Order: sequence, then C-alpha cells, then structure tokens
Amino acid sequence: MTLLSTPAVSVRDLRKSFGSLEVLRGISLDAAEGQVISILGSSGSGKSTMLRCINMLETPDAGEIAIGGEVIALRKGRHGRTEPVDRGQVDRIRSRVAMVFQSFNLWSHLTVLENVIEAPVHVQKRPRAECIAEAEALLTRVGIVDKRNHYPAHLSGGQQQRAAIARALAMKPKLMLFDEPTSALDPELVGEVLRVMRSLAEEGRTMLVVTHEMGFARDVSSRVVFLHKGVVEEDGPPGEVFSSPTSPRFRQFISEHR
Amino acid sequence: MDAAFMGETFLRLLGGLPLTLNLTFASVVLGLVVAMSLAAMRMSGVPALDWFARAYVFVFRGTPLLVQIFLIYYGLGQFRPSLQAMNLWGFFREPYWCALLALTLNTAAYVSEIMRGGLQSVPAGQIEAARACGMSRLLLARRIILPIAVRQALPGYGNEIILMVKATSLASIITMMEVTGIAHKLISETFRAIEIFICAGAIYLILNFLVTRAIQALEYRLSPHLRNAPSPMPRLVAASE
Repeated sequence: MTLLSTPAVSVRDLRKSFGSLEVLRGISLDAAEGQVISILGSSGSGKSTMLRCINMLETPDAGEIAIGGEVIALRKGRHGRTEPVDRGQVDRIRSRVAMVFQSFNLWSHLTVLENVIEAPVHVQKRPRAECIAEAEALLTRVGIVDKRNHYPAHLSGGQQQRAAIARALAMKPKLMLFDEPTSALDPELVGEVLRVMRSLAEEGRTMLVVTHEMGFARDVSSRVVFLHKGVVEEDGPPGEVFSSPTSPRFRQFISEHR
Repeated sequence: MDAAFMGETFLRLLGGLPLTLNLTFASVVLGLVVAMSLAAMRMSGVPALDWFARAYVFVFRGTPLLVQIFLIYYGLGQFRPSLQAMNLWGFFREPYWCALLALTLNTAAYVSEIMRGGLQSVPAGQIEAARACGMSRLLLARRIILPIAVRQALPGYGNEIILMVKATSLASIITMMEVTGIAHKLISETFRAIEIFICAGAIYLILNFLVTRAIQALEYRLSPHLRNAPSPMPRLVAASE
C-alpha cells in the first residue's frame, strides 16, 4: 500500500470490550481509496464490531480511527468510558460514510423514494428536486425504480437491500461499509444484491465488506482481511491469501466455508 | 316509554354537553403535556426522575379515579387554612378545577405509558440507520422516532380519549352539571330513570362514535405503510374485448 496518499480509512490499535468480553484486541487496518476489502471471520471474531466502530455506532475503548485523514476525536467521559469529543464531528463524518446493514433497516414509515432522499435532503440539505432526480437514477441502477412509491414492507428482502444500497449511495459517500449485507437474504435473492455490490466495486468505490460470501471475497474484493478473536490473522490480496494462507486458522476457515 | 318526554330529556341533557366536552378536551390536552414530561422522566436514565415517574404511574393507575376526585375535592378541604395561606384555596374550592385536576393527573399516568410503549416500539435498527447517515439527535427524533412512535401509540391513545369522555361523568359526584349531573337532577325531579339514563348513555355513545371515527381516519392517514401494496397501474384493455 502506498503511503503517498491519505488512506480512505485508517484504524490504529482498535480495542473494544463488552463487559468482560474483549471483542477487539488491537486491530490496525488502512484502506486505500478505491480498495474493496472483504472482512472475513467466524461469528464472534469482532468483524461487525470493527465495522461499527468506524462510523462510531460503537465507541472504541482505545485506538484511533481516521476517515480521509480526519481523526475522530475521543476522550474519556464520566464512568471512564470513551465518548466522542464532538458529536457534530461524528455526524459530519457519518454523512460521508454510508452503511448497509444485514437487516436492511429501511425506515418503515417512508416509501422507497422517501428513504433514499431522506438523508440528502435533511442531513446534507440539498435541494429536494435534485435529490429526487438522483434517487430515481440510483433506483434505476439497482433495478427497483418501479417500486419507488412502495413501502419497505411491500418489498422482498433482496429489493429492500438494494433500496438500502441506493439510500447509502444517495449520500455520495467517500466510504461504504457493508455489514453482512446478504446474510439475512433467502439464497435465491443473494445474487441480485451481490451483482449491485460488484458493480460498485468495479467503479472504484472504497468499500469495507463484512461477509460470508467467499465468492465475493475471492472474485470481487481487492483485499481480504481475516479476523480471529479480535485480531487480524490474515491480510492480503485474495489471490494470495486463498492459495497460500499463512494462518492455520484461516486455512481451517476456508476449508469450512468452501 | 314516552317519546315526547325522551325528546325533551335529550334536549335538556344536551345543556350539559359543553361542560362534558370542556372537561374532556381540557384534561386530554393538559394530560398530554404532563404525560410527555412523565415519559421523558421515565426514559431519561436519571434514577430519581425515573422512580418519580414510576411511582406516579403506580399510584394514579392503581387507585380509582373517583377516589382521586374525592381526595382532591373533599380531602384537600381539610387543609383549607394552609391552602388559604398559599393562595390556593380559590382553586381547590371550585369543583370544576378539582375535577379537571383529577382527570388530568389520572389520564397523564396512562398516556405516559402509552407514549413509552410507542417510543420503545421504534425498531433499534431504524434508529441506527438514521444515526449512521449523520442525523443529529433532534433530526432523528423529528424525522424517524416520533413519526413511527405516534403511529404505534395511536390505537392505545384513542382508547384513552374514549375512556376520558366517559370519565368526565364522575365529575357529577362533586356537583358538576355535565351530562350525567343533569341526568341525576332530572331523575330526582321525575323519577324516570330509564328514559333519562338511556338518553344520557346515547349522548356518550354519539360522542365516542365521533371520537372513534376521527381516530380511525387519523390512523388510516398515518399508516399507508401498514396497508397492502399499491396495486399496479391497471393495464389498458381494448374495450371491444
């Protein structure tokens, strides 16, 4: 990785515990702009927690996170827990970092179109007409523009996840986080979501994808990171790590997920 | 039964309608304000406020409204000198204010719990999605949490308004001449309880019919996402076929 340009996201020695359970035990990771990183690991390895720390849905206990070179300022608050120094900074960073969730999390009281324009209009305060035009283009791209006036409850899981991806894209994010985006889908709906994600990867977006889809990790991502018990066990281009894994645990993981 | 007498009774009972409506409307609105503060205390995470709200709800939900009315109207009368010293006697001397206070405090307990239920029903994932795209707390509350919570709470809240319409009849016990109060008075004049109470009951029934329809209409308007999917555009079919 080149040190000449600022990494899109830089994580330094990230630590996080829930009670006595130490989930992240010092994780460091730099993602260059345009990289698509698949984050693999068995359940409990800390991969979702790491992703959620990057946009501060979880506050790390220690370590440093920088998005596009901007370090998220943390301090020890009352009761010794870390908290962001400036909530405004966190909100600002979040508006540049989009997240796609395992359970879609579309807003149930808004139509698909309203879901997509919600944050651009109310968070980024862009003109509504412009946002609607963009939203329709995005919905066309993910193939559900005919559902724009439907409510989330009226869509299949795959359609909901594609709507959620359109909602994420509408923020014009510098970085996209995917938290097991296909894990809640019926097997026959996984393909339609992966196709959209592949097209995003091909246009050079910076993506961190927590996934169990080995095919995606192998064929689409530019880099694979394997977490085990809160530390990075394996890190490298998919061609290398899959053909000659250095970590025995990753070797075992691959054989279990073939 | 005498149709002419019932017609006349009905008209005389309608004389109590303004007071019934007044007590209902005022206690529902004031109760909403108190309930908001209680729900906020309950969800504040501050132990003292939380426990105060819990105790309040426990007491006002756990005791009969009639007992609360008696306590405020008759019970506080025992403390007349102290109330006079605090310049509050003018308030507690009036049965109207006592009835309104009891109705308000009582409904606030129920409504605060309805609100809490509505707020807690908002799926955590939807709140998280809003935070993840950079919404401030205020924006999150205004655009996501409140709209969803209100839709969830509406059926329960409609119930509470209906109960309040009926609860105002208890004010008649402390001399308020609302619909039930007038009914009592007419019965003592004519001893024709059946006709008079049927008329009184009919008035409450009509009121609550209107309340029910209004709540239903509001619910319908606010819940398009809970109905069936919009049907696709009907395909144009040649008329000759």
